[in-house]
Amino acid sequence: MTDKTNLKAQDGPYFGEYGGRFVPESLIAALDQLEETYSQAKVDPTFALELDELNKTYVGRPSIITEVPKFAALAGDIRVLLKREDLNHTGSHKINNVIGQALLAKRMGKKRIIAETGAGQHGVASATAAALFGLECVVYMGEVDTQRQALNVARMKLLGAEVVPVTTGSRTLKDAINEALRDWVANVDDTHYLLGTVAGPHPFPTIVRDFHSVIGKEARQQMLDDFGFLPDVVTACVGGGSNAIGLFHAFLDDEDVALWGFEAAGDGMETMRHAATLSKGRVGVLHGAKSYMLQDEDGQTVESHSISAGLDYPGVGPEHSWLKDLNRAQYFGISDDEAMQALKALSQSEGIIPAIETAHALAGVIKYGHTLPAGSSVLLNLSGRGDKDMETVGKYFGFLE
Amino acid sequence: MSKTEELLHDLSDKGQPALIGYFPAGYPTVEDSVEASVAMCESGIDILELGVPYSDPVMDGLVIQVATEQALANGFKLNMFFDMVKQITSRVETPVLVMSYWNPIMQYGVERFARDLKAAGGAGLITPDLIPDEASDWLRYSEELDLDRVFMATPSSSQKRLDQVAKLSRGFIYAVSTMGITGAREDLDAKARGVVSGVRETHTQVPVCVGIGISTADQVTEVNSYADGAIVGSVFIKAYRDGGISELRKTVKQLKGGM
Repeated sequence: MTDKTNLKAQDGPYFGEYGGRFVPESLIAALDQLEETYSQAKVDPTFALELDELNKTYVGRPSIITEVPKFAALAGDIRVLLKREDLNHTGSHKINNVIGQALLAKRMGKKRIIAETGAGQHGVASATAAALFGLECVVYMGEVDTQRQALNVARMKLLGAEVVPVTTGSRTLKDAINEALRDWVANVDDTHYLLGTVAGPHPFPTIVRDFHSVIGKEARQQMLDDFGFLPDVVTACVGGGSNAIGLFHAFLDDEDVALWGFEAAGDGMETMRHAATLSKGRVGVLHGAKSYMLQDEDGQTVESHSISAGLDYPGVGPEHSWLKDLNRAQYFGISDDEAMQALKALSQSEGIIPAIETAHALAGVIKYGHTLPAGSSVLLNLSGRGDKDMETVGKYFGFLE
Repeated sequence: MSKTEELLHDLSDKGQPALIGYFPAGYPTVEDSVEASVAMCESGIDILELGVPYSDPVMDGLVIQVATEQALANGFKLNMFFDMVKQITSRVETPVLVMSYWNPIMQYGVERFARDLKAAGGAGLITPDLIPDEASDWLRYSEELDLDRVFMATPSSSQKRLDQVAKLSRGFIYAVSTMGITGAREDLDAKARGVVSGVRETHTQVPVCVGIGISTADQVTEVNSYADGAIVGSVFIKAYRDGGISELRKTVKQLKGGM
């Protein structure tokens, strides 16, 4: 039985029954090396200093908290506070993990990094870190995503990365991860796979979470210092789950703080076209970890659907599966349209344009905020800015023809 | 001792090399793949490696990816699989080992999969993404049902891991020739020899066969000079794809004849 009073201490390889290493033997040595390098770095004060310095002078940390009363009015008699990860360098939370892992790659003497990307945010962040640290960078991106996120493809190329469109399978994030894993198996000696979410084989779910946990650590302290209380609800969107776990982690042992995760329900939870892995999936093994996933009765991965490329993934990080089963966090689905309306609502009420991924969490607050007692407060991870989504948004609302 | 092991030891004692051939179930259709598999066995492969198509085959190169995608698109389902195995094992004596990624087996149920495979006459399982560390259920049922369990040994595996693989494998040990995925390579990596000798150092009695990148008769001969068998896949699929059963038979004979 898991000790529910010390959830924060859980470090993998397993979160309850989830996680593990369901990968080819060829990768085990590299995973062991990464785990070893990370456990040394974790207790090395120079590593912490270097990371803190980069966070401060390059990423732009700490990110601020913005209270949004006009937006909150749409969600009932509550207060809504945004943790502004959209203001980080490169425009999303993804940079937190990338800087940390790039430092680890350097420690391992690896000259080349590879990454997968869906929306392109992790790819852009990886290409950025590669430029900063002088590493070769190859980004795998589903062909479908290279089309709907063409602007981010241009950004990655400008930063000096090679972008490889993946044309197999469903040609989205899931297939980009397959291709990155194949590359890694073949080039593991000189290459670090800079995995962008809290999924994958151990130690990735732990490492990626730890590098993102700065979000929650800062936010919790900012709440106490600037507002004098902890929020009643902490919330984020969930695709693979990195921005959510980054914010949730500091609050896991605050029993009075509810955790809400919002998944992409695509065309709707009652349809087959969604990416609501935790709400509608079954436990299986995908991309090296045991977790909830979208699959048919034979265990074939089912294609997910979402207007948001960053949430369009049929798997989810193992720690989220564990938190769901423990009932420590609740996960709900938000449709494409609910997300797009929330994106517009925040833009027009507060002058903040969020990413479509992030808009799922905003829509969740509008949808479920009314269930909270008057005066409740909600802390939301504003995980990314919406600039990259302007083509999708423009078409959706008819601003572009 | 497993029948697969007996067969490989027997060939080895006679100074005869072994050829293990992969073909994906359901490619291009269920019926076709049964005929292709039987043809491979009749043409001279010593062990059949029958693949379960999977949506996310991370160890496979493009040739196998495309073939297994087509098998799935043409309606392959796991509930047809054991009947296929039965059809093949009723027509040929060749041991049939199943190659499957882990999730389809996990969803079918490890025990149920093992029992149905045994009942269909299958010899065991090759598991490309299941390492012994995660395999407790499979270890248990393969033991109970006397099924082969083939784990991988790779150029990057530590001696400690090779010890574990050697201790827990039955049938044979799959020595990965190179750091990479399936598909033909002109120069077979010298690393293959290193893996095989690393496995031999464990003093295991389990045969060691080499796979990944083998496509020519010369390579089959070379591998058999230091290992207990050569595993070939992509080149058989290409042969079948481009020239049907007759080309497939010809390719098997060529690779076998090269010995």
